[in-house]
Amino acid sequence: MAKSIQLQETNSAKYKLLHLSWGLIALLFAVAMIGFLSLYSAAGGNVDPWASRHMVRFFVLLSGCLIIALINIRFWYRLAYPIYVLGFLMLLATEIMGQVGMGAQRWINLGIIQIQPSELMKIAVVMALAKYFHSASLEDMRKLSFLIPPAAMVFLPVFLVLAQPDLGTSIMIVCAGVAVFFIAGAPLWIFITGGLATLASIPVAWLFLHDYQKKRVLTFLNPESDPFGSGYHITQSKIAIGSGGLEGKGFLRGTQSQLNFLPEKQTDFIFTLWLEEWGFLGGLILLALNAAIILYGTWIAFNCRHSFGRFMAFGLMVNYSLYVFINIAMVTGAIPVVGVPLPLISYGGTAMMAALISFGLIMSCALHKDSKLPRMI
Amino acid sequence: MNFKNKLKNFKRKYRSSENIYNARKGPSAASDRGTQRQDMFTRRAFIIASAQGGIMSLLALRMGWLQIAQSEKYTTLAEENRINMLMLAPQRGTIVDRYGIPLAVNVRDFRAVIIPDKTEDMRTALKKLNDILPVSDEKIDDIIKQSRRNSRFLPLEIANNLSWEDISAIEVNRPFLPGIFVEVGDTRNYPLQASTAHLIGYVGRVSEKEITGDPVELLPGYKIGKTGLERFYNDKLKGVPGQREVEVNAVGREVRDLTVVGAKPGEQMTLSIDVEYQRFVQNVLSKHKSASAVVMDAHTGAVYALASHPAFDPNLFVNGIPHSIWSELLNDPTFPLTNKAVSGQYPPGSTFKMITALAGLETGDIKKSTRVNCPGHFNLGNAKFHCWKPEGHGSVDVTQALAQSCDVFFYKLSTQIGIDKIVEVSKRFGLGEKLGFELAEEQNGHIPTQAWKRGRFGEGWQAGETVISSIGQGYMLTTPLQLATMTARLVNGGYAVKPWMTGYINNTKMFTQDYPKMKVSDNDLTLIKAGMDEVVNGPKGTARGSAINIGGMEMGGKTGTAQVKRITKEERAMANRRQEDLPWRLRHHALFVGYAPVENPRYVCSVVVEHGIGGSSAAAPVAKELLLEIQKRQPDKIPLLPNGGMAFTSPSPEKRKG
Repeated sequence: MAKSIQLQETNSAKYKLLHLSWGLIALLFAVAMIGFLSLYSAAGGNVDPWASRHMVRFFVLLSGCLIIALINIRFWYRLAYPIYVLGFLMLLATEIMGQVGMGAQRWINLGIIQIQPSELMKIAVVMALAKYFHSASLEDMRKLSFLIPPAAMVFLPVFLVLAQPDLGTSIMIVCAGVAVFFIAGAPLWIFITGGLATLASIPVAWLFLHDYQKKRVLTFLNPESDPFGSGYHITQSKIAIGSGGLEGKGFLRGTQSQLNFLPEKQTDFIFTLWLEEWGFLGGLILLALNAAIILYGTWIAFNCRHSFGRFMAFGLMVNYSLYVFINIAMVTGAIPVVGVPLPLISYGGTAMMAALISFGLIMSCALHKDSKLPRMI
Repeated sequence: MNFKNKLKNFKRKYRSSENIYNARKGPSAASDRGTQRQDMFTRRAFIIASAQGGIMSLLALRMGWLQIAQSEKYTTLAEENRINMLMLAPQRGTIVDRYGIPLAVNVRDFRAVIIPDKTEDMRTALKKLNDILPVSDEKIDDIIKQSRRNSRFLPLEIANNLSWEDISAIEVNRPFLPGIFVEVGDTRNYPLQASTAHLIGYVGRVSEKEITGDPVELLPGYKIGKTGLERFYNDKLKGVPGQREVEVNAVGREVRDLTVVGAKPGEQMTLSIDVEYQRFVQNVLSKHKSASAVVMDAHTGAVYALASHPAFDPNLFVNGIPHSIWSELLNDPTFPLTNKAVSGQYPPGSTFKMITALAGLETGDIKKSTRVNCPGHFNLGNAKFHCWKPEGHGSVDVTQALAQSCDVFFYKLSTQIGIDKIVEVSKRFGLGEKLGFELAEEQNGHIPTQAWKRGRFGEGWQAGETVISSIGQGYMLTTPLQLATMTARLVNGGYAVKPWMTGYINNTKMFTQDYPKMKVSDNDLTLIKAGMDEVVNGPKGTARGSAINIGGMEMGGKTGTAQVKRITKEERAMANRRQEDLPWRLRHHALFVGYAPVENPRYVCSVVVEHGIGGSSAAAPVAKELLLEIQKRQPDKIPLLPNGGMAFTSPSPEKRKG
């Protein structure tokens, strides 16, 4: 009796609105504001052309994110495979007729907007894996035959993304996939042999890299070898960050970021500008905000009573953290330039859309943590 | 109590780590399995979360390393003695003709630039500049748009080719023009203006679509080849930018050069064109409203002149063409911007008859002595095909059929040999596909095949289509360049010569003069040549009025008149409505292909006078003038050498500010 009343309550719109993860939304807003300030500065103290559109996009996509959150998790559970298939077909379509942009075939034109299916595929892979593992028992997880279909779910799109060629995204899909396998309880020897195999195949993979990718790795190892190319970006990015010091040069005063044209300062290298103007303390604030977001998402995953929600929320959180880690490591010169944006801060629609869809799904897990999901294989 | 708790914890730990995979039986198995999975999740998720925390700390350390430990080093780099990298613009390669006469050069000029970072408000500064140097509002908007794309430290070009008055006016008013400076640079110049407009093409600013991300594109006033040779050989002509590392003090003033790597100028091109002759050709063509011509060497393929009239002054485009002139050029019905010699596609008309004749000789359907009676028309089933001469030519052999351009002879022949053979011979003589000439504007032309017809219209080839194809009408299209090449191959003894105009790029030879002999009978070619001789020099030849009556300089050739629109029955009924009464754009095209001298041919030419009505009346006289003049000039007598055999004058890598 009491339980049915509670169920009714948890399904009402009012209950859902009240119990949305408002803390998480506040954190996301704070990060987006850092994006706004950085883009405002990148345009030399102007809301045009980036900062204003960044915020408009944020609010439009945030409302989409809230709608996703309010929809019952059962709906997302049922749609996990169809979404995966759709994403896969879009990837295929990009491969076949996609437009060539920035030396790589990644974009698909849907008339009004251009989207990058590989970004959405990261989410779809995590969702599909979460559904697959949802009703698996630990005995299942030890059977190799049981693990082959989900492995195929990860690697089929990865091959397509590699062919585009987009090494960064491929690595991210694999990492997020591996994380879901890991938390779902796949035996440890798989990860150990997988890791060793990857190490062993690096020399072979080198042969398949595109020239521009090889160049990026080589310039990372020796930045002076390409003074006007990517080595120059790394050097300039480090000078800008280092000269920011502890407290930064102050808002709108980061001349280094604008000197000598750091390309893509509004997209992949936006964090450089933030670090130069706001210093180490500003950087720590952004790291702390992201740490709080990741903790919040992980906490949602832990509290979820069904495996689907746990796996999906955690997998998506891993995916988000990968963006943050790779981008920050890249602009600080700790890893080669791979072209991964900083979510909610870099200027660009698809990355922001992917991030907010992920948070929508995570919040849906939080709202519907007690939902009963069917067990079916 | 305490012990109990410990035991509970121990059990929990034990279960989760050791028995994790052991399924239990009994009523509580299901929920236990659930707990096991939850534990597994908790443990493993905790491991990943810890790893995330670890990475986060490493990133914080990395930031700390750069911003605290190494901050001083980077601050020094950034603030006190910044190293500024400047790019040095390469000089674009020059283009000269076969005698070394410059066709495309660089002239030093002074330009006004604005550096967005050095002015508070670009619009105000530019408006003020407008008082001394006219800058349109359109231009101001464009500059502000560009400034969003570039770094605020890079100068943007406002105007170039400044006069001394402009320069001094700007310098005097410098305090009131924040951010505006005068710089020295190079501008492309085409000394022969319209005469080489279509050949050389022109350069222009990199458009939004053409941006490749090459940093050199950010240089103020940087230009790339847009049409003609400037476009085709842009990669060779553009050169390699140099770089200059300068030490800059805190206020941005240059302290000293650290390293300078000079820009590598673009390569110099020497053409086979004889530019004085080119001007002559352009001048002869200008007697007509719209015409084009190609003159080339029958044996080497060297193009001596390639002209299209009307033309335009390419210098107008270099600095951004005024909109009014641009739209005027664009809407002109004679298409001055188009190089008709390579991209104009016309039905070859009767100039195609040599191909049909040769096809007939090769299949054995006609011989030298074969005669056909021409009553003025030819019947095929119910269809009636007319000869251009309504009363007919009577009995003609192949030589006279060419000389008098008798249509019926070829109508009849074509029904015997079929379209496939005609296509095969056309292709062998260079029609219907690109010849690989050094202009991106080159067009394919079109030789219709049965397969093409089926694919295009979904229906089979009609016998009547073979008949009209035999006189170069119907779906046939050729360019003047292709017609000249066809003629060259007919008169040079059957060598597969190809047209070219790039002699040397720097000192590298770019051409060949050795061409393979094609599979064709010398006797057949001699017979065709006899027919082309008769066209001009025979008593009944269609071009007898244009004969060159100087011993040893006589020309041969073939006239052609191509229908722009099909003649309807009504029009024919109107007793051959006079072409002169038709609107210009509906009149026939006039064509002529020719060679000279008749003995040992050396030069070939093709002439197309658009809507010139008659090949013999409009095109042949032009060809006469062209072939006579080239025989006087004899450009082939002097071997083609880089820069006309003179020393290069292009500068060695030099220090110039970018």
